[in-house]
Amino acid sequence: MLKTVPGKTDTQAVSKQVQARQKWMTAALMVAPFLIIYLLFLIYPTLRVIQLSFTNADLNGSGRFTGLSNYIKLLHEPTFWNALLNTLYFILLTVIPNTLVGLGLALLILRLRRLKNFVLAAFFLPYVLPVSVVTSVWNWVLDSNFGLFNFLTGSTVTWFQDPVWAMPAVAFVTIWWTVGFNILLFIAGLQSISPDIYEAAALDGASGARLFWSITWPNLWPVTSLILLLQLIAQFKIFDQIYLLTTGGPFDKTLVLLLYSYREGFQQQHGGYASTIGVVLMLIILVVSAIQSKLLNRGNAA
Amino acid sequence: MTTVSPTSSVTARPPVPLGVRIARLWGGVLTVLTVLLALAWVFPMYWAVVTSVKPENDTVALPPTIWPQTFDFSSYTYIFQNSPLVRWYLNSVLTSVAITILVLLLSMLCAYALSQIDFRGRSWLFWLILIGFMIPFQASLIPLFIFINQLGLVNNYLGLILPQLAAPIAVVIYKQFFDQIPPELGDAARMDGASEARVLFSIFLPLNWSITVSLAIVTFIAAWNNFLWPFIVMNDTAKLTIPVGITQVQSAYGVAYAKTMATAVSAAFPTVIAYLIFQRRVTEGVMAAAGLK
Repeated sequence: MLKTVPGKTDTQAVSKQVQARQKWMTAALMVAPFLIIYLLFLIYPTLRVIQLSFTNADLNGSGRFTGLSNYIKLLHEPTFWNALLNTLYFILLTVIPNTLVGLGLALLILRLRRLKNFVLAAFFLPYVLPVSVVTSVWNWVLDSNFGLFNFLTGSTVTWFQDPVWAMPAVAFVTIWWTVGFNILLFIAGLQSISPDIYEAAALDGASGARLFWSITWPNLWPVTSLILLLQLIAQFKIFDQIYLLTTGGPFDKTLVLLLYSYREGFQQQHGGYASTIGVVLMLIILVVSAIQSKLLNRGNAA
Repeated sequence: MTTVSPTSSVTARPPVPLGVRIARLWGGVLTVLTVLLALAWVFPMYWAVVTSVKPENDTVALPPTIWPQTFDFSSYTYIFQNSPLVRWYLNSVLTSVAITILVLLLSMLCAYALSQIDFRGRSWLFWLILIGFMIPFQASLIPLFIFINQLGLVNNYLGLILPQLAAPIAVVIYKQFFDQIPPELGDAARMDGASEARVLFSIFLPLNWSITVSLAIVTFIAAWNNFLWPFIVMNDTAKLTIPVGITQVQSAYGVAYAKTMATAVSAAFPTVIAYLIFQRRVTEGVMAAAGLK
């Protein structure tokens, strides 16, 4: 290491420059491996999907510039609106129910003592299963002929092939699979509320529901808001369960945006058109994150 | 009781007030309800395991038997002998381990530089990485596939692994943890002539060991369970990962539910065991990933 002598300003300046360059080199070496992969496999495809959406590219990426024609076609395509509405319907069936179930279960679990860890593990365990395991287990339980559920309830519904029931059934499976995650976050949120506030309120004579609505709920809002955002974004990208349980059927009743894009891109070789759906999906998610982060910030400020 | 207080001298303990008794009863009911709900929640998993060890005929017997009348493990031997399950296992283990190690290493290096080295362009670089949080990779699946195809990496393990390393989340988590360490600690080591790599691996890493372990387990489970990208990029049956592979054989089994459940149980085994052993680590990792810690 160079030791600078006080007073000799020029050597000091030079050594500082050398040091700065050395620092920069070390930093560059440490950042480069991640950065290169990040730019190549996340940023570049994101920019490319926008470019492709203005072309009639196939699955090899070769095609001509066609201006806005993909977008115009998309807006006039009933299948697109169907996929968008189905996605929104799926969100309606999952996001708020999953949040409420998560909160309810978190409140139930928090008041337990000895059984707490066991019960929490029971609710969280499905979350670590691969999606294809989740779907095959529920295909079995909800099998119309030999399934346990129909045997116990006397129902004869073919859950995943029924135009009315397919989407609610997929939503139910999704909640079963992922609610453990919400429970964890809610428990963390509930535990971070200071017990002093409850004591003060109890001294003022508040109890039960009053405590929940005046203290728990407002103090829990930042976590609730985070959970809503995470789910909203995740459910817009819904693909796996739908593909495995219904493949979009029956009669496209469970066709969602990403599945529509997958069909157009990988099955029909319409790379450009599939990219257009991708861009729309990305825009929706960006807008949702922006709106939600505003809400989240307000929750923090309050 | 040995000490007798003057007020409750002779008679037995005063009766518990009605309100308290109702509250206790209500509490007991809630506890029982919670436990029953938890059992109902895991029941489908139990049902899958039980079905997998029944003879195929018993799985469709009515009424269904809650406990197998005869234990029959032939479904397991069948699926392991008649499908590339072992190969898929190996694929999943090797790629998930590689992804876990690389994700941790790359993000650790990047986050360390962002947090501890004062270099030009640092703040905009961090912004660039934060942007990645907003970007859904699913939206650009087509160009990603085209790109991987152009690189000749379709049906190649590298093509499976590389895009999964591009997630900025671990970088952000590590940066948060490194930011909490006073820079004097690193400066002291640097005065003694330690290189940045050395400062990272012998001072900063040990201080963050617990989050590294948590992140490793959560990353491993996520990589093992990943479905969409392996499903897109691997077409060669022998090269599938286990969550994708089992869907292929299951559709071939049709209503052979003992075999279908045996594949499901086999595919879920590693993550379930990892969770049961490292429960607290998984919780910690999930919290960190959600931005709550």
